[in-house]
Amino acid sequence: MTENTRDSDTIDNDAINNNEITIEFKNVNKWYGDFHALKDINLKVHKGERIVICGPSGSGKSTLIRCINHLEEIQEGQIFIDQQELAGSEKQIDNVCREVGMVFQQFNLFPHMTILENLCLAPVWANKLPQIEAEKIALKHLHRVGIGDQADKYPGQLSGGQQQRVAIARALCMSPKILLFDEPTSALDPEMIKEVLDVMVELAESGITMICVTHEMGFAQSVADRVIFMDVGEIIEEKAPYEFFNNPEMDRTQKFLEQILSN
Amino acid sequence: MTNPTIFVPKPDREAPAQAKGFLHWLKHHVFNGWFNSALALSLIAIIALTVPQVIQWAFIKATWVGDAANCKTSPDGACWSFIAAKFRVLMVGVYPAAESWRGIVGALVLAILIITTITNHLKGKVLIVAWLLLPVFGYWIIGGGFGLNEVDQSSWGGLMLSVLLALVGIIVSIPLGIVLALGRFSGSPITKSLCIGFIETVRGVPLITILFMSSVMMPLFLPPGFIIDNMLRIQTGMIFFSAAYVAEVVRGGLQALPKGQFEAASSLGISYPKTLYLIVLPQALRHVLPPLIGRCISMFKNTSLVIIVGLLDFLGMIKSASLDSEWLGFETEAYVFGAVVYFSICYSLSRYGAHLEKSDPVLQK
Ligand SMILES: Nc1ncnc2c1ncn2[C@@H]1O[C@H](COP(=O)(O)OP(=O)(O)O)[C@@H](O)[C@H]1O
Ligand SMILES: [Mg+2]
Repeated sequence: MTENTRDSDTIDNDAINNNEITIEFKNVNKWYGDFHALKDINLKVHKGERIVICGPSGSGKSTLIRCINHLEEIQEGQIFIDQQELAGSEKQIDNVCREVGMVFQQFNLFPHMTILENLCLAPVWANKLPQIEAEKIALKHLHRVGIGDQADKYPGQLSGGQQQRVAIARALCMSPKILLFDEPTSALDPEMIKEVLDVMVELAESGITMICVTHEMGFAQSVADRVIFMDVGEIIEEKAPYEFFNNPEMDRTQKFLEQILSN
Repeated sequence: MTNPTIFVPKPDREAPAQAKGFLHWLKHHVFNGWFNSALALSLIAIIALTVPQVIQWAFIKATWVGDAANCKTSPDGACWSFIAAKFRVLMVGVYPAAESWRGIVGALVLAILIITTITNHLKGKVLIVAWLLLPVFGYWIIGGGFGLNEVDQSSWGGLMLSVLLALVGIIVSIPLGIVLALGRFSGSPITKSLCIGFIETVRGVPLITILFMSSVMMPLFLPPGFIIDNMLRIQTGMIFFSAAYVAEVVRGGLQALPKGQFEAASSLGISYPKTLYLIVLPQALRHVLPPLIGRCISMFKNTSLVIIVGLLDFLGMIKSASLDSEWLGFETEAYVFGAVVYFSICYSLSRYGAHLEKSDPVLQK
């Protein structure tokens, strides 16, 4: 891991310097029934920034990133994406969300469609692209994630790692400005984690804004600009990775790191 | 580090002989334990006692040509010439002889459609549209109009009527059932309660009641001067009945779909209606294909109930043929023939369903 520590101070500074805020949470609160799942979340994400969110299970990480593409509704506060508030009519919300792609823990590929059909579906039906053009884009992204030769197979015929890479390619086909990852490697067999992380590292270098919920601390160390630690629905600590891993401020963060790094 | 030892896998060996072959299968699947052995032996005894008799009756001593007098000469054998003599009536009822060709054309079109479907020559939208057009075609070719002589519905009958009622019932009720299921699954509260109301009411009533209501009561509710034929009313009743059951079957498939599918679609910017059409329904329908085919089979068998409201379908014709005074005493043959026809159709449907399930790459896991 250490040989991988970042050559990216410059990128880091770029991101902060150009100061363009892509995602902003303002005092966001979210309840599931009576359960307070997100508490006074304030967060700014700059354009091109790569953020890793970690924290114990049930701490609200998924809830937080799912709010960004409106899979969850918030009850208080505001979320802005590219200065547009995520509120209003369904159509307005859809328009804002169009810039956000998501990769799920369980891949969520459409099992009744071939890989190529999975990738072309949204470009054709949501973006009204002609089929041929959509296929061209799809193949480009499939090659990018290293499975160009599997286009005509069905998801069930691929390994978990391949499926997750397809899911990443599928999100890329909508040319999102922001990519959300919710524990993308947690459902994978150990030997497949690396192939997915490699794709994610490559993406990170391409300058897209990324928010990853993950417990892959190696990935966090080598790629993230900032690590956010959450517990019981709150953001407890956010720091650059080196600081986060070496000088955690809060006792909870320390305990969490001890636990996760001892494995 | 020392040089690693190279691992050489053991070669595969053939399984030992006693683990293979028919005897092994018999020992382990048929005669395993006293209960299964006893069961197997009694089954063999029953088959040995009955099958030769049946073969004697149905084939060896059977009469294949001639009239009733001919059959009387071989009383221990079946009288298949009776079926031959009644064949037209069994197939089309009292449909005018001059127009019988239309039944044949209808059957041919149906056969072509079935064959092209089974052999995968029709696919996707063309396939669906072709089948959806079949009811219209069926009513036209049999009922007439638009260039064909009209044939009064009271003279439609026999297997033709059974197949028509069942096919139209199934084909129309599937889309209707899907709509009901979708309404129940994701409609507004009002749509939802309307759908639930319809589905539960219809499912709470036996088909016979529905047939009686459509035949006897529906005219009372229709505006005066607005006359629908008895047959069409019964057809409507069957469609409603079938739709309620199809809706419940489809709902099962909709509910079984993981939430992640909706979330993935939503995160790709696909609108909810498109999600239903592109992602939810195709998967749900695939998964409910076996029970849906089961519905088709029971729908076809259910058509035999229309005899109660005065339509002479296949079973009705079998009954009336066996009452013919010229051919008295051959009901067994008539009902055996009916059973064979019903069984062949239903069994083929069931096999086709199993084949679809097996050959679909999406359902293999
Ligand atoms: N749909 C839901 N309904 C009720 N409670 C939920 C729902 N989704 C999540 N929760 C609860 O919210 C909390 C945060 O969940 P989540 O964001 O999934 O945590 P994490 O991703 O950090 O493991 C958990 O306690 C969970 O039980
Ligand atoms: Mg989670």
